[in-house]
Amino acid sequence: MLRDKHYDLLVIGGGNAALCAALTAREQGASVLVCEHAPRALRGGNSRHTRNLRCSHDAPTDVLTENYSEEEYFEDLLRVTGGVTNEKLARMTIHESKFVTPWMYERGVRFQPSLGGTLSLSRTNAFFLGGGKALVNAYFAEAEKKGVEVVYDTEVVSLDIEEGFFKGAEVRYHGFPDYVRAKALVVASGGFQGNIEWLTEAWGPSAANFIIRGTPFNKGLMLRDLLAKGAEPNGDPTQCHAVAIDARAPKFDGGIVTRLDCVPFSIVVNNKAERFYDEGEDVWPKRYAIWGRLVAQQPDQIAYAIIDTKCLKLFMPSVFPPIEGRTIEELAGKLELDPAKLSKTVKGFNAAVQPGSFDPSGLDGSRTEGLEPAKTNWARKLDEPPYYAYPLRPGVTFTYLGVTVDEKARIQMADGKPSANMLAAGEIMAGNILGQGYLAGLGMTIGTVFGRIAGQEAARYVNR
Amino acid sequence: MSIAEQPVSLVGLARGLQGATLEESRRTMEICNACRYCEGYCAVFPAMELHRSFSNRDLVHLANLCHGCKGCFYACQYAPPHEFGLNLPKVFAELRRESYEHHAWPGALAGLFQKNGLFVSLATGLLLIAVMLLSALLVDPQALFGVNRGPGSFYAVIPYEVMVALGSLSFGYAVLALVMGLRNYWRESGAKQVGGKALALGLHDALTLRHLSGGGHGCNDTHEGFTQSRRWLHQAMMWGFLLSFASTSVATIYDHVFGWIAPYSWYSAPVVLGTLGGFGLTIGSGGLFWMKFKTDPEPTAQRNFGMDMGLLAQLFLVAVTGLALLFFRHTSAMGMLLVIHLGFVLALFVSLPYGKFVHGLYRFAALVRHHADQRAASQEEGSAS
Ligand SMILES: Cc1cc2nc3c(=O)[nH]c(=O)nc-3n(C[C@H](O)[C@H](O)[C@H](O)COP(=O)(O)OP(=O)(O)OC[C@H]3O[C@@H](n4cnc5c(N)ncnc54)[C@H](O)[C@@H]3O)c2cc1C
Ligand code: HEM
Ligand code: SF4
Ligand code: SF4
Repeated sequence: MLRDKHYDLLVIGGGNAALCAALTAREQGASVLVCEHAPRALRGGNSRHTRNLRCSHDAPTDVLTENYSEEEYFEDLLRVTGGVTNEKLARMTIHESKFVTPWMYERGVRFQPSLGGTLSLSRTNAFFLGGGKALVNAYFAEAEKKGVEVVYDTEVVSLDIEEGFFKGAEVRYHGFPDYVRAKALVVASGGFQGNIEWLTEAWGPSAANFIIRGTPFNKGLMLRDLLAKGAEPNGDPTQCHAVAIDARAPKFDGGIVTRLDCVPFSIVVNNKAERFYDEGEDVWPKRYAIWGRLVAQQPDQIAYAIIDTKCLKLFMPSVFPPIEGRTIEELAGKLELDPAKLSKTVKGFNAAVQPGSFDPSGLDGSRTEGLEPAKTNWARKLDEPPYYAYPLRPGVTFTYLGVTVDEKARIQMADGKPSANMLAAGEIMAGNILGQGYLAGLGMTIGTVFGRIAGQEAARYVNR
Repeated sequence: MSIAEQPVSLVGLARGLQGATLEESRRTMEICNACRYCEGYCAVFPAMELHRSFSNRDLVHLANLCHGCKGCFYACQYAPPHEFGLNLPKVFAELRRESYEHHAWPGALAGLFQKNGLFVSLATGLLLIAVMLLSALLVDPQALFGVNRGPGSFYAVIPYEVMVALGSLSFGYAVLALVMGLRNYWRESGAKQVGGKALALGLHDALTLRHLSGGGHGCNDTHEGFTQSRRWLHQAMMWGFLLSFASTSVATIYDHVFGWIAPYSWYSAPVVLGTLGGFGLTIGSGGLFWMKFKTDPEPTAQRNFGMDMGLLAQLFLVAVTGLALLFFRHTSAMGMLLVIHLGFVLALFVSLPYGKFVHGLYRFAALVRHHADQRAASQEEGSAS
């Protein structure tokens, strides 16, 4: 029973931000309870699917090459968000990112050496050895060692808040109603992308066809509760980060392996066998994120990337084997598309391809002429059978709606004042900095920086 | 027909390799290859990244390259209860054992891997009895219980010729069978070309057990936490084994070349090497034995338990009886101890080619191929850019 105890701090969530907050507060003497909705085997939220975080640094370190100045980092952020960011919080986060890797190391997180093989991001991003689950395991082990109390299978269902002041929380502890008393609260419960009904409110019935790349436990219950109880919202409730992933992926927790990198070398058609967007608009990392939305706008939220044999080895292998056909018509049959229409689309495309020198490593200008929509790079005829197809669906990474915080991670109330004892960290407040778009590795940086600040602030509050 | 070319359905019929283990290994590698989060842990992942699809021979190579450190199990976002249910250390341990069986020489004895624990115990029991009977029949039964001192005292228990014949026959056979098995393995899963550099790097990785260090900070020896215990215990055991082996070799030279007859004095090379080796073996195998019971069984192959335990027990018993012989050689216990030690040693020799021991050779071969492959790949990359 949790009802009989009294804690200094309640932390909601079991991902990166929650653990950074719990560890920091515990190290400063606070008694801490972490409530994680997931069972132990599935703990760690979306953080367990991550692989790196983005850090500013002035000189090469053991885990990062060259340098990445605060200014350059901020410019990258401005570029992806189009300016939808709180500059003060953003600059502070970027500055603090310089100091996180040694802190993480001391708490058991290990990184890959910076020279490691295939990683083109090793200048800006530090890669976790073993990925995010290894990171989460290390933090849980450290928390256990330091005396943080962790309960799994414990969902926080409702917060007792009086005029912006946290009193306690109703929880379901292994399925049974219970209550937690604590002097301060850190909410680090992620976004609401695991909540299909909520997604449906924003996107309509098409949301039923979305695949959620991460944990099913991020249902946004705490976000909704906080907003209902006077917290100031932040971010666009109708936006989410979605990429095109393999339609055969599991509904939840498919993680990184369901990603598909073949779009730039393919033609992409919808279930009417028609193309709908320039597949060669830009290099894939830059265009990766728009394809989720593009597919979401197609009938039944499905599309098919089609390539021929010569393209098969140009992209990272995928977990699901491509669907194969000796002819375009045969392939169409397997995809349940109209063979005549697909054949017509391919013929039309092939006829529009202009001669050019194909170069997969950069924008090569190999394009179509007189085709709508055009393909402006890597346009090559589909003429080497067998032909292959990968089905695509929108895969949601995270949602943008959250709570507004200040530089001490305090939750802002709608009346304009910060809460005295309620703090937020991670995805639930990431929109303050990443208002739109995506910058690889920023989510974990925000979680780490704000987790630490929230932990510190909570400890300061309870020790005062 | 090599396993690489066999259609999957036939592979199931081939000795050792089972279609199901190969298929599960392939499925696992295909998911890992799309993920690659574990690439910093060990050699398996960089080796995997050289492929887009995995032939049977590649899978056997990768399985033998794996050191079973379990790092990639606890770090895996797709481990059970995820619907992908990945358990790489387990399936690779199973495939490794199947590959030992598949390549065993002569093929007719491959089945000994199946009930390895039983085979090892039977071999040990029978050889113990055989040595005792030999001693009792060839020498006076009283010799077993008398006090014998000075040069040649061992031969008062077992005649010199008999000891030499038993030792060289069983050891010679073991070497032959091991070499033939390794040859079978290399033909199917080795590299096409190997330079001196790859050989040296492979030897270095094998002797330092580099990949049982989890990329530096230790392995998940028994659970989610990281330690280096397994690595150090195995080092004690492996070097203990090599030292004991060196001891026997030096003693053989003393005997045959110089005519110096055992037992040797406390500070002689064979005794010093043997004592150090004996302690290393005892501590190493005893420690690993203990860890086997402590460890989380999920990422291990329960099917291999008997085989792993068999060799551990043999090494432990050889070492303990050897040390006992050393300490009590001047007492009336010497005769019995010598016979028992000899029985264990002979049993170890005859079971070497059909048990866990072959992993040392196969792993070494896999490490050599790994370095050869990596060099070839980086040269290809160099000439392409
Ligand atoms: C496939 C994938 C790959 C990604 N890769 C990267 C990357 O490489 N780098 C990067 O920076 N970002 C990456 N991201 C984004 C990153 O996952 C998030 O930014 C980050 O994990 C957010 O951390 P968090 O601690 O706020 O939330 P989470 O890690 O999602 O944790 C939320 C926790 O709250 C718990 N919870 C939710 N509601 C309740 C409740 N009511 N009661 C109790 N507990 C509750 C959940 O169970 C969970 O443990 C990736 C996302 C995905 C989906
Ligand atoms: C080429 C050098 C060697 C390498 C690279 C090597 C590597 C390993 C590794 C990684 C393991 C743990 C994984 C597993 O159980 O499969 C192991 C186990 C074992 N090794 Fe070796 N080994 C070598 C040589 C030897 C030798 C010479 C011996 C005999 C003395 C030996 C005896 C054992 C035993 C008994 C085990 C089982 C221990 C257990 O199950 O916990 N190894 N070896
Ligand atoms: S073991 Fe799991 S986490 Fe590691 S590379 Fe394979 S799929 Fe990825
Ligand atoms: S168990 Fe260890 S050695 Fe084997 S593949 Fe996984 S990380 Fe590598």
